[in-house]
Amino acid sequence: MASKLLHIQRLRRVYVWELPVRLYHWLNALVLVALIVTGFYISNPLAIQTQRDASNSYIMGWFRYIHFAAAYLFFFNFLFRIYWGFVGNKFANWNQFIPTSKRFFQEMWTVFKIDILMLKKNGKEQHHLSIGHNAMAGFIYFLTFIAFLVQVFTGFGLYAAMGGWWLPNLFSWVPAMFGGDAFTRVVHHWAMWFFILFAVIHVYLVFYHDYVEGRGEISSMGGGWKFIEEEVFDKNKPQTPNPEKK
Amino acid sequence: MDNEMLEVKQPTYYEEVIRKGYNRRDFMKFASMMTAFIGLEKSSIGQVAKAMETKPRIPIIWLHFQECTCCSESFIRSSHPMVADILLDMVSLDYTETLMAASGIQAEQSLKNTMTKYKGEYILCVEGSVPLAADGVYCMIGGKTSMQILDEAAAGAKAVIAWGSCASNGCVQSAKPNPTQATPIHKIIKGKPIIKVPGCPPIGEVMAGVIVHLLTFGTIPELDRIGRPKAFYSKRVHDTCYRRPYFDAGLFVETFDDESARKGYCLYKVGCKGPTTYNACGVMKWNGGTSYPIQSGHGCIGCSEENYWDNGRLYDRASAFAGFGIESDADSIGKIALGATAVAIAGHAVATNFGKKNSIHDLENEGKESEHELPS
Repeated sequence: MASKLLHIQRLRRVYVWELPVRLYHWLNALVLVALIVTGFYISNPLAIQTQRDASNSYIMGWFRYIHFAAAYLFFFNFLFRIYWGFVGNKFANWNQFIPTSKRFFQEMWTVFKIDILMLKKNGKEQHHLSIGHNAMAGFIYFLTFIAFLVQVFTGFGLYAAMGGWWLPNLFSWVPAMFGGDAFTRVVHHWAMWFFILFAVIHVYLVFYHDYVEGRGEISSMGGGWKFIEEEVFDKNKPQTPNPEKK
Repeated sequence: MDNEMLEVKQPTYYEEVIRKGYNRRDFMKFASMMTAFIGLEKSSIGQVAKAMETKPRIPIIWLHFQECTCCSESFIRSSHPMVADILLDMVSLDYTETLMAASGIQAEQSLKNTMTKYKGEYILCVEGSVPLAADGVYCMIGGKTSMQILDEAAAGAKAVIAWGSCASNGCVQSAKPNPTQATPIHKIIKGKPIIKVPGCPPIGEVMAGVIVHLLTFGTIPELDRIGRPKAFYSKRVHDTCYRRPYFDAGLFVETFDDESARKGYCLYKVGCKGPTTYNACGVMKWNGGTSYPIQSGHGCIGCSEENYWDNGRLYDRASAFAGFGIESDADSIGKIALGATAVAIAGHAVATNFGKKNSIHDLENEGKESEHELPS
């Protein structure tokens, strides 16, 4: 079959996600799943009927133990990611997440029009082909970092009364600020739903981009590579990071 | 006449004990008990006893505002009779509406005398919250609003004790929509040390312990961030609960009449607020160490915690989601949001196949063409 209508793209392999970023991503995914599952269990444990003595089981204890252990992993992983935002490559940099320019917001608006509303221009489909995160994604990740902070502050705040270590005790002012553990716990529980909704949308959008753009979006978090059209690559050359398509 | 009475040299607590007919042994028992309650070592018993033997009683003004007097009730029912006999009898010498003999003008006079005579020395105990709405007319005593009375009494006080949840955090009358704008003491009085002793009511022995601490050391006890004495409020009811092993084991009461309830399992799932409530109920218990709510099969309602009335349902772990009605908790809202997200995603996925039809087509053709170019 001859190529009559197709413009075959030449692709450039770009190392987008460095190994530390990928490790951070998957560890984060793992501990978040653990935290959500155990968190749900802690908030509403199953009704277990047993003839055994309480001394023989430690179910709630284990769920809480896993929750706390995962929370520590999550916390240090998060700290590491903040550090990597300063020393990692351009796609991992903090400025990919925190809007500091008008251009950032313009790009978000572009992404909204093209990927969410799927608006066409002169009857033609449009693309917004970014190399790392697009501005919208970056900003949403910034929101997740804020949600991380909320969970860290409320979580360690609740934990402080049980822990002897100075680290969680740094957060003991949080429940006092919220007027007690009860409301702090409620905030901690509400904020968890943000993670669930985020995860669902995040996974969907990864599939969406892979499907519509065909440049290895899904596998990029495995090997770190994305396959960028040469045209896009060249266009971005002078102005990476934070490219904007006009 | 009132003045003359106040001129008399104040007796020490010990003198008062002996006068009331207790013997030295009873006194030492009381001192030992109080030492333990305020969290001191055995070696401090002597210090406590000595303070009660030598120091004159602390002048105390005890004000009642928006409250039910359950704090006073709890206090006079402390397990040790001396608590009531000695501490309260002497306390009431100065001013407390509920228990003082004087009434009307004489009562007001007594309050005034104490305030002038012991300026800067007396302890102001406040039971109840202060309504601020409508210039405070919702609680008036002797023609003055509680706000005015509190301001006047606090001005010359050495320290303020906020008895109970009303004075510490507003309790039930400050629940939404709080029509009288019931306000706890610490939001009104600034610049005085305030000891919060929350609970509805607080445990009588805790109340006595706070007073004994003040007497023994002449200072306010060590307070936590919220302003509660650490000796009584640093642990959660959950941490000292005798049903805690059932919690850790994951064995819970589902309804109040099930087999698990009969076995005495943990009341977490029927709304026990022990895990979020800082109080000494699990250790000191009530009515002379007889029992406490969880021991009698009912979960803790968290009465000593701020805003406990609005912080969720009494018999449910989940708490109402503000703005979505009483019956909706975080999880039901979350499930709705999740459902809406799923619908939106499905919609977007379907729309993608139309809106991005050409792009998808091109990619498919490109891929297929490459495949065809290869030999089989």
